[in-house]
Amino acid sequence: MSDEVIKLENVWVRYGNLTVLEDVNLTVFRGDFLGIIGPNGGGKTTLLKVILGLIKPSRGRVTVLGGSPESKRGLIGYVPQITQFDRNFPASVLDVVLMGRLGRGKLFKRYDEQDKRLALEMLKAMEMAEFKDKPIGELSGGQLQRVLVARALASEPEILLLDEPTASIDEPTKTELYELLKKLNEKVTIVLVSHDIGVISTYVDKIACLNKKLFYHGSKEVTTKTLEETYQCPVELIAHGVPHRVLRKHEEE
Amino acid sequence: MAGLLASLACGIIGALVVVKRISLVSGGISHAAFGGVGLGYLLDFDPLLGALFFALASSLGMGLMRGRTKVSEDSAIGILWVTGMSLGVLFIGLRAGYTPDLFSYLFGSILTVSRLDLAIMFILDMVILLVVFTFYKELLALSFDEEFATVRGVPTRYVYLTLLSMVALTVVVLIRIVGVVLVIAMLTIPATIAWQFSHKLLRIMFGSTVLSVVFTTSGLWLSYVFNSASGATIVLVSVAAFILSSTLKSLR
Repeated sequence: MSDEVIKLENVWVRYGNLTVLEDVNLTVFRGDFLGIIGPNGGGKTTLLKVILGLIKPSRGRVTVLGGSPESKRGLIGYVPQITQFDRNFPASVLDVVLMGRLGRGKLFKRYDEQDKRLALEMLKAMEMAEFKDKPIGELSGGQLQRVLVARALASEPEILLLDEPTASIDEPTKTELYELLKKLNEKVTIVLVSHDIGVISTYVDKIACLNKKLFYHGSKEVTTKTLEETYQCPVELIAHGVPHRVLRKHEEE
Repeated sequence: MAGLLASLACGIIGALVVVKRISLVSGGISHAAFGGVGLGYLLDFDPLLGALFFALASSLGMGLMRGRTKVSEDSAIGILWVTGMSLGVLFIGLRAGYTPDLFSYLFGSILTVSRLDLAIMFILDMVILLVVFTFYKELLALSFDEEFATVRGVPTRYVYLTLLSMVALTVVVLIRIVGVVLVIAMLTIPATIAWQFSHKLLRIMFGSTVLSVVFTTSGLWLSYVFNSASGATIVLVSVAAFILSSTLKSLR
C-alpha cells in the first residue's frame, strides 16, 4: 500500500455543464516516471491541480501518500507552467527558490541556515548556482524553468509534478532538463505533463494519454489507436527513441 | 507631517499593490470607504474611523468571497465601488441640516488634518510596518505565485486577507491627503515609477516611499503657490513624474 503514492479513483471534474475530467482512474507508484500526454484543453493541468488539492473533484477520491492532498502539502513539489509568470517581478533567483522552503511552520520565522543551504544545493543541482542573485527577469526560458524546478525541490519532496516543463525551451535545453529529471527520479517519483510526445517517450518509463478521459496501460506502450482516441484525429507519429515508427494508416489499407 | 506619514504607508503597500496587480481591488476599497465617511457624519463620530470600518469590512468581504461565489471579482469590485459612494452620499444627505465639506474627503485637504487624524495615521503606519515585515516572505510568495504558496501549505487565503486589510488601512491614511477618489493614484504611481528602476521589492518599497514624500511635498507647495486643490495637485505632480521617468527609460 505504501508503494502507491498517488491514487485517483473515479475522479470527475465538472464546471457547470463542462466536463474537464471524466471518470479518471490512476495509480502512480513510488519511483515512477510518468508522462501524461494529450491535446491542449484535455485536462492535463486540471489533473495536476486535483492531485495538488488546488481543485476539488466534483466526484471521486484523491489519495496522495495515503492521505488527502491538503494534508500532504510539503511532500509534493510543483513546477507550474512557465508562461503564467510576470517576468518583470522583483525577485532574485534565490528569492524564488527560497519560496520552496515556505510552509505553515515558517510563518513567523525568518529563513534559517538550513533553508539557505538547501536552496543553494538545489540551485547547484540545476546548474544555476552562479545566477542566485540575478533578477528573474534576466533569465532565459530554460534558465527560469530550472529555477522553478529548484524551487520545487527545495522542499525535499517525495513526488514532483511538472506542467509543460519544456514549453518555452529549445531542443538541446530540453534534453538537458530531461537528463536532470532522470537523475532525480532515482530519489523522487515524477509525474510530467506535456503535449510534446517526441522527447518524453525516451526518458519516462510510463505513458498515459489524457483527453478528459485517461488512457493508461501502466506501461510505455502507446498504441496508435490510443493516440487517435486521445487526439481525436489520425495521428502521424515519428518518435525519437521509440523502437518503431508509428505512421498513419494509408487509405489503401 | 501628514504627508510623511501617508507616504510611508502608500510607499510600502503601494509596492505590493502594483506588484501583485491588485490596484482595481484597492480602488474598490477606497471608494467603499466613503460610505463609512458618510456614516460617521450621520452618527456623529470621526468620519475617518467610519472610513476605517468600511474599508476593513470591504477588504474582508472581498478576501473571503474570493473563489467562493459565481460573481467575478471584477463585478464585485464594481458593485463595491458604487455602493460605498452611494451610501456615503445617502448618509450625509440623511443628516438633517448642515452639509459638511464633502470635497475634503473626496479629493483631500491636507491642510485641515486634525491631531486625532495624525494620531490615527501614525498608529496605522506602525501596524502596516509590523505586518509587512513579519510576513514579508509570504507576501512576496503570494504576489509572485499564489498557487505555489498554497501548495507549500501557506495559508494564502489569510495572507491575502491580511494584504487587503493593509490596503484598507493605507486607504484611510491617504484619504485626508488626496481623498477617496485619488487614493488609487498614490497607491500606484510612486510604486510604478520605482519599479521602473529596481528589481528588488524592498528597494521598490523604499523608493516609492521616498517618491511619495517628494510628490506630496512639492504638490503641496505648488498648490500653495497657485492656490489650487492640494490633493489634485499632488496627483498631477506624480503623473508628470511618471511621464518623465517613462520617457527617460525609453530613451536609454
